[in-house]
Amino acid sequence: MSAPTLAAPAPALNPEARRRIGVFEGLGHSLTLAKRNLRYVARTPATLIDTVIQPVLFLLVFVFLFGGAISGGWQDYLQTLVPGLMVQITMYASMGTGMALSTDISKGVFDRFRSLPIARSAPLVGAVLGDIIRYVVAVTVLLLLAFALGFRIQTDPLSALLACVLVIVFGLTLCWLSVLVGMVVASPQAVPGVATAVILPLTFGSNIFADPQTMPHWLEVWTGINPVSYFVDTVRGLMIGGPVAEPLAVSLVAVAVCHAVLLPIAVRAYLRKVR
Amino acid sequence: MDTCIQAVGLVKRFGGTTALDGVDLEVPTGSILGVLGPNGAGKTTAVRILATLSWPDEGSVRVAGHDALRDPVTVRGLIGLTGQYASVDEELTGRENLELIGQLLRMPSREWRARARELVERFDLVEAGNRPVKTYSGGMRRRIDLAASLVGRPRVLYLDEPTTGLDPRSRGDLWRIVRELADDGTTVLLTTQYLEEADELADRITVIDHGRVVAEGSPQELKRTTGSQTLHVRPVDSADIDRVAGLVTDLLGSRPVLSSDGTTITAPTDDPVLLSSLVRSLDQRAIATDELALRLPSLDDVFFSLTGRPLPDHTTEESPA
Repeated sequence: MSAPTLAAPAPALNPEARRRIGVFEGLGHSLTLAKRNLRYVARTPATLIDTVIQPVLFLLVFVFLFGGAISGGWQDYLQTLVPGLMVQITMYASMGTGMALSTDISKGVFDRFRSLPIARSAPLVGAVLGDIIRYVVAVTVLLLLAFALGFRIQTDPLSALLACVLVIVFGLTLCWLSVLVGMVVASPQAVPGVATAVILPLTFGSNIFADPQTMPHWLEVWTGINPVSYFVDTVRGLMIGGPVAEPLAVSLVAVAVCHAVLLPIAVRAYLRKVR
Repeated sequence: MDTCIQAVGLVKRFGGTTALDGVDLEVPTGSILGVLGPNGAGKTTAVRILATLSWPDEGSVRVAGHDALRDPVTVRGLIGLTGQYASVDEELTGRENLELIGQLLRMPSREWRARARELVERFDLVEAGNRPVKTYSGGMRRRIDLAASLVGRPRVLYLDEPTTGLDPRSRGDLWRIVRELADDGTTVLLTTQYLEEADELADRITVIDHGRVVAEGSPQELKRTTGSQTLHVRPVDSADIDRVAGLVTDLLGSRPVLSSDGTTITAPTDDPVLLSSLVRSLDQRAIATDELALRLPSLDDVFFSLTGRPLPDHTTEESPA
């Protein structure tokens, strides 16, 4: 059955032609996948339990159990603790990104996406975007409970809002660390363990829970190096008053450095999986 | 017929091991190619390369005229992939999974809704479509995986061991669907460890072992490559079995094999007139037979003669106990 080739020429295929996915198309893919992550959260509220329970537990335990011991009265402690906890719980919430990606990879969902004509970055960007909602939920739960217990913003609503935005930016910075852990660790179950090992020294070795001046010298030095302390100072300044400019400058530099260092490493680890 | 999938000289190494050692594959448009081989033969590695999920160290891949290595995005728009690794989201419902893929393919909302509805109906998942996939049985799970790969109406479908671990009924259901897809003009490449599956579905079969193609042809051609045919004789009265064995021995010059239940005699032969001679001898002695036939060897025999090993039995891998 050799048909005459002149009659019906095959559609001309340019061997150099190469379909690429535009930025906006890729963003569309990312948003679709972010929506999937949100739907996933709505479907299985259990995935949010960590995000919701952690702030509640931390707030209750530290305020009522240690508050009096640490600063002489739990009401005073509440004021200084809440801004710090905002930073801490966002760190924990950001660890979900790497876990979610790692789960997708191990379950084969990731390869399904990769077999579709979508932007290579879409599953990553989608996961990160979808996780913003987790930060928002965590911070909202914390603040609602804090207000109920008597926490008051002592600055103005705009500053407080800026503080919340900064906390979310902080979460987005750390989520690259989470992505990196998720890509490097073999199984999703291993992600929380490794992530906690990274987070613990960053959160407890900071000024979130106690005044560093009460700590041994080596720990005080560490809290002074730890960028988390500067973040906490910034958020405190914006919510309950105090110097903002200097800690904010240090914080922004830290965010920039983290992005410059972590982002390329995380994206490279991710692309190695994507290829 | 023109070629839809063409892979030439695929080589893939993982560290020190060579998973593919120069594999050529060719699938004409609208046909089904069965890639047959034991676990670890390199089947999955080959499919992952053809589906742009993995890059070969050497070799070239063209799918529907497009270079899969240079222009993977276009190729991804033409293919559907179903395998243990390309899966659906267990937390979402079956329908949501299909809709998600429709959205990712940037279908208009009316179209992805309609397509998801159409697929759950076709795959008998209408009720299950509203349940999370994690509640599905094995057969339903494979059907939703296959449906997910069909959302974009692919011209080329890769099925990597689509029925491994399925019960015979679910397997039959899936075979029927694959045959329908091929009848509609979809080009199918399926890998399998099951000779029966390749025999049942494939127009052509490529046998892979240790990362190399060891045979290629239609199921009939492959069966013929082993050369000899097999004689099967089962007398009505099993008391006649010794006399039959004696007759066959006289004709062949060697003793035939008696089946373990003592009712059937089998013997390999290349002699084209054996059957007619045997019929005459049996007739003269008035021995009636239930079965008297020359058979082409099974694909099991083919695999054995090509590789010197039997294909792993599929029941052993699922129940190690």
